[in-house]
Amino acid sequence: MITELGVLPTAEFGHFALILALCLAIAQAIVPILGTLFNNRLWMASARPIACGQFVFVAASFICLVALFLGDDFSVRYVADNSNTNLPGHFKISAVWAAHEGSLLLWVLILSTWTLAVAMFSRTLPLDMVARVLAVLGLVAIGFYLFLLLTSNPFERLLPFFPGEGKDLNPLLQDVGLIIHPPILYMGYVGFSVAFAFAVAALMAGRMDAAWARWTRPWTNAAWAFLTVGIALGSWWAYYELGWGGWWFWDPVENASFMPWLAGTALIHSLAVAEKRGLFRSWTLLLAILSFSLSLLGTFLVRSGVLTSVHAFAADPARGIFILMFLAMVIGGSLLLFALRGPTIARTASFGWVSRETFLLGNNVLLIVAMAFILLGTLYPLVADMAGWGKISVGPPYFNLFFVPLVLVLGVFMAPGSTTRWKSHATDTLIRPALGIIAGSMLIAAGALFLLAYPFNLLVFVALTVSAWILLWSCRDWWQKSASSQGRLLGAKRLRGSYYGMLLAHIGVAVTIIGVALTSTYSDERDIRLSPGGQVSIAGYDFLFKGVVDIPGPNYMARTGRIDVSRSDVPRNNDLSRSDVSRSDVSRNNAPVTTLQPEKRYYTAGGQVMTEADIDGGFTKDIYVALGEPLAGDAWSLRIYVKPFVRWIWLGALMMAMGGVIAVLDKRYRRLTVRAAQADTSAALKEGVGVSFDAD
Amino acid sequence: MKPARKQRLQLVIFIVSVASIGIGLAVYALRDNINLFYTPSQMLAGEAPQNTRIRVGGMVVVDSFVRNEDSLDTAFEVTDGAANIQIQYSGILPDLFAEDEAAVALGYWTSEKIFKAEEVMAKHDEEYTPPEVADAMEKAHQATDKNAPGLH
Repeated sequence: MITELGVLPTAEFGHFALILALCLAIAQAIVPILGTLFNNRLWMASARPIACGQFVFVAASFICLVALFLGDDFSVRYVADNSNTNLPGHFKISAVWAAHEGSLLLWVLILSTWTLAVAMFSRTLPLDMVARVLAVLGLVAIGFYLFLLLTSNPFERLLPFFPGEGKDLNPLLQDVGLIIHPPILYMGYVGFSVAFAFAVAALMAGRMDAAWARWTRPWTNAAWAFLTVGIALGSWWAYYELGWGGWWFWDPVENASFMPWLAGTALIHSLAVAEKRGLFRSWTLLLAILSFSLSLLGTFLVRSGVLTSVHAFAADPARGIFILMFLAMVIGGSLLLFALRGPTIARTASFGWVSRETFLLGNNVLLIVAMAFILLGTLYPLVADMAGWGKISVGPPYFNLFFVPLVLVLGVFMAPGSTTRWKSHATDTLIRPALGIIAGSMLIAAGALFLLAYPFNLLVFVALTVSAWILLWSCRDWWQKSASSQGRLLGAKRLRGSYYGMLLAHIGVAVTIIGVALTSTYSDERDIRLSPGGQVSIAGYDFLFKGVVDIPGPNYMARTGRIDVSRSDVPRNNDLSRSDVSRSDVSRNNAPVTTLQPEKRYYTAGGQVMTEADIDGGFTKDIYVALGEPLAGDAWSLRIYVKPFVRWIWLGALMMAMGGVIAVLDKRYRRLTVRAAQADTSAALKEGVGVSFDAD
Repeated sequence: MKPARKQRLQLVIFIVSVASIGIGLAVYALRDNINLFYTPSQMLAGEAPQNTRIRVGGMVVVDSFVRNEDSLDTAFEVTDGAANIQIQYSGILPDLFAEDEAAVALGYWTSEKIFKAEEVMAKHDEEYTPPEVADAMEKAHQATDKNAPGLH
């Protein structure tokens, strides 16, 4: 079977399918728009089937590339560079998106998946809106198809002399986390193209109303949820795979995914105002354009090789210039459209200083300011390099200096903000509970530090207080809103999915803040030299190094260390013989916890060395051990870390993403019919504000 | 002024002032937190500041790597082809650190002409050389060409 695949011109099929997908994307961008201009319903209606066709061809192209990898066809340059016959099968599939060309093909596949989803789930949308949205998505797709075909064709052959064996996949990427991290991250990145397409469509039509916001919200929430999980996975992967236990480096590539996330978070919140109150309209459109532009910028930063970073791939200026031009066209074009049509959409209405609008505005300002700081810190080295100011790098202290206080302020306003009313809120009904909650939060924070027996640290105390503040406000808000004459259970059931989504996401923020604060401050990290039989005590644990043995793997040779971890409640001298006493003798003070087996892998094809940390994960702390280097004799250098609450960082992120998903599933987004949406549109236009369908 | 318009003006003033405070802070923080890159030649020529966190990079000189037998202290030299400097580092070196390969170190340049590194970064995969190092080698190469035109 595999050899037969090699005989088939799979690469040519894939290449050809890609060209056909480009042709369909061109049709998708042009025909529906002409339909809206000449009011031709057939042309407008063609958008959906064309989008389906485009998906079919790009999916076929992608499947061809997967088949080339599974069939070890090293006559294709991309396969020869990134695979090897000894590579396990699941890594052969993930190798498809391990480098530049394949990850771009994944990009367009996901773009066309989102396009297909819009085409399928847009029955409630007016036809002209569907036509415009799909046409804009088609335009974006054209850019990426051209990029693929002109500068980064994954199907290029190495003929007539091709290697008999591939160079193998970069060992860093031979990991389960890397199988799922890029697709999910791209689902988020590319998902913002839908919000972008909706925004451009609204500008083209000169029409933006509550119904528009209601259509856009679930798509934006879905993309945002994917991006959240994608970023969390990336952070998690860096934590256990890069071998030095960090979970966020403010690396330009991380920033590239974090900036659209911040803009997208702002967008989600301003969409709420646009839907419920009909305000912040042009700002919302701008945010939708910004979110997607930042996604494109991220792609440019990562894919053009302009960055000096741990993710730097091979540089190729032709690619960089193409993306830069594409970026300029997308951002410039959409901003020009915004400048021309934006004023027709803007609407002013007044709201009280203490109101949900004000809090959401604060949210937007803080998020965008945070985003701007990160953008500045990320681009400054590039600008300095181009301007000849020298080669510089911006370190994590810069980012932490701004980001930490901004997030804490955001947390302070987030909690009461989600309980305030639209238009105006009586100030004293906010201040009175706030005083009690401040006191309660400080008590909880102090109590937590005391119970965990951590030394006092002001920043941690503030962070815990803010987290407790968010939790207490959320609980209070739920308690009040779930009150019902027919009993609390019924009241709780009557609250909408989007409300529970918001609650969960906000609690997720608190959980992440707790994790970040405690891990950053109370982690015990040691780099240490140990000989077999050597022992060290760190953060209440004894680590006994048993030595290293060689174990062969499928495409590498592993040297596996063994470290016995036991609890040492009582600090003892490094008395080696005591640890070898049979387990029954070991008192409760020295209970065995786990045995960790970190590895050093030597990959045979490329000769690379990889560190595989071993982690004993737990709800309140991780014990992290990685092998450093072999030293004289049988001694090794070891990294031994005890990291409290580190998992809460990702747990909180998952809660945020879950919140987004729950909000997407809210029934009210599906209840609408075309007629209801149109009725709402006209009502909104008459009243000058958006009308809510909901009884609240 | 209409109330809505007045509120909008207040909002704009609020946003502009927050943004300008932010930009001021950003510029201030950037100045303190950027790490300039120097080549070994520049450092020996006295161009690099002392007691400021900077980066230095080059190829690790063959046979220059020494390790203390009892601790994790290491020392090695890097070169840009024209000059060598010694780097001292205590800790675990990255997997791809090796002699005759590129490395970049972050740390402080001391008066004894020794670079005390807090962090050492090696190249990331087999193909990749940090652009600063490639640049530095290129510059040093050109400089030697100019000084000794007959040799080439």
